[in-house]
Amino acid sequence: MSAVVQARGLSKRYGAKVALDNVDFSIDSGRIVGFIGPNGAGKTTTLKAILGLSEFDGDLRVLGLDPRSQRAQLMEQVCFIADVAVLPRWLRVGEAIDFVAGVHPRFSREKCERFLAGTKIARSMRVRELSKGMIVQLHLALVMAIDARLLVLDEPTLGLDILYRKTFYESLLSDYFDEEKTIIVTTHQVEEIEHILTDLIFISDGRIVLDSSMEAIADRYTEIMVNPDKADAARALGPLNERSIFGKSIFLFDGVDRANLATLGEVHKPSIADLFVATMKGTYA
Amino acid sequence: MNTMAWLVKREYWEHRGGFLWTPIWVSAVMLVLTVFGIITAEVVRARVEVNGGVPWKVITERLTAGDLAQAGAGLDVAYIALAGILCIPLFFVLFFYLLGSLYDDRRDRSVLFWKSLPVTDTGTVLSKVAAAVLLAPFIAFIVATLAWVGLLVVVAVWAVAHGINPLPAIAASHPFGLFWRMLLTIPVDALWALPTVGWLMFWSAFARSKPFLWAVLVPLFVLIANSWLGMLGAPSMSRSFLVEDVLMRLLFGIFPGAWLSGDGLDLGRHFRGIGDGAEVLGVFDPARVYALLGTAKLWIGVVVGACLIAVSIWLRRTRIETST
Repeated sequence: MSAVVQARGLSKRYGAKVALDNVDFSIDSGRIVGFIGPNGAGKTTTLKAILGLSEFDGDLRVLGLDPRSQRAQLMEQVCFIADVAVLPRWLRVGEAIDFVAGVHPRFSREKCERFLAGTKIARSMRVRELSKGMIVQLHLALVMAIDARLLVLDEPTLGLDILYRKTFYESLLSDYFDEEKTIIVTTHQVEEIEHILTDLIFISDGRIVLDSSMEAIADRYTEIMVNPDKADAARALGPLNERSIFGKSIFLFDGVDRANLATLGEVHKPSIADLFVATMKGTYA
Repeated sequence: MNTMAWLVKREYWEHRGGFLWTPIWVSAVMLVLTVFGIITAEVVRARVEVNGGVPWKVITERLTAGDLAQAGAGLDVAYIALAGILCIPLFFVLFFYLLGSLYDDRRDRSVLFWKSLPVTDTGTVLSKVAAAVLLAPFIAFIVATLAWVGLLVVVAVWAVAHGINPLPAIAASHPFGLFWRMLLTIPVDALWALPTVGWLMFWSAFARSKPFLWAVLVPLFVLIANSWLGMLGAPSMSRSFLVEDVLMRLLFGIFPGAWLSGDGLDLGRHFRGIGDGAEVLGVFDPARVYALLGTAKLWIGVVVGACLIAVSIWLRRTRIETST
């Protein structure tokens, strides 16, 4: 099984600023990968490179194609939702469906209409008459009706209310995703996607600081909640991070035996958000 | 239907207002003004000049005089006038269409949606060229033709009201000959327009903000700088060359029939003569119009335009952000 995305020595500079610094990673088929990092870490730069929207240095293959020179061919297999509200405001819903059906060989009009049937979106409406949530529904319906192998989502739910955010990922999982497909998603709302991810890539300052499957992360990282009397013992084991809540201390450990830790306090699986904060410590300093 | 047809169709959807409704409204206003003028003339029984491009006075005087062939020529001139008047709004529509063609979707970020589809940048840019130089003029010409049919109805009603049979005069006009002759000028217009098309699209693809200012001020600045060099006695280019062969070609080439003046073929003088009953069809004689293809000026423009369009395609690949 060849990798869907394969990057070696991927670099990108904007003048003197290094946006991506010699990055290597590989994404396999059938995975849902979260690309997480602070603003300006290089997430969007990476996605743009994958989508052939910008120049870059190094070697990058997407579905075996070069995104720079074979972009049109690549886009038959790759879909992306770059942001909410990038659908042109003048476009009518019916025209959008007709156009995508006309230019995309892997688009299924029936599927798209089925997805839209459950919404309040009418074919004669213009995008500018739709609410932000409805625009995302429309965009998602268009994209999910395309039988693509890679779907790239860059902050797809930014500015949406919680109801739309929840149904967005639910329909993505239940109606779209299967083992033939791969999804790459970046978002700031990590807690909402953590249960759907299979893989996690943390990126900071143009470098990858963590690249691991969710199972491996669950094995590797442990969080314990410790009473003050045992806090020093916990500190002695070298935690990644320490924070306190209700007078208790919460420690995050990397690769420390869980049975050992259980003697000190209550053991938890760390959330991605906590892991992120611990890993990125110092980035904002 | 292939991808190119869909791309052109998309341009039409987005710019229906400029491509279709603008010529329709302008033609409708022309016809309504003509009818108002006629009614006024009838009511006050005075020699009210009915104008608005349509040579109504010529048509009616000749009809009344029973000079049918000349009345037919008047109708022909009216056809040319109805088509010609639409060239003015078409110029403005195309000018701003081209300036926004590769800029507006970057500004509202919808370029990211278009780029998520399997369409080449070359296809996208060329579809916009085709929409500007072929589709828009074609629609305008069809609208002008329908407007002329509307005018025939007005003429017929007027003639019958005055006890004149309008059919011989209409039979003496040349709607079909003029139709395909004028239609055949569109490809020549398209070739002649390429430098302007390329220039406006280049700035549309290149500018991070205000493509209009770049596209207009750069040639003006060159013109002023050149005059200044000339005043200082430094080597400079001839002003008429800069104005007629550079500035006009880069900014006004999309005006249909822009090649009518100053091209050495002197179509312009011929055109001015037709009001006097000169052979109308001769103006748009394909042999005369297509003689333009034998001139170096046209082909130099085509090469310049093609280069500018190629650069625009290249810019379209990765330039997707604007500063606003």
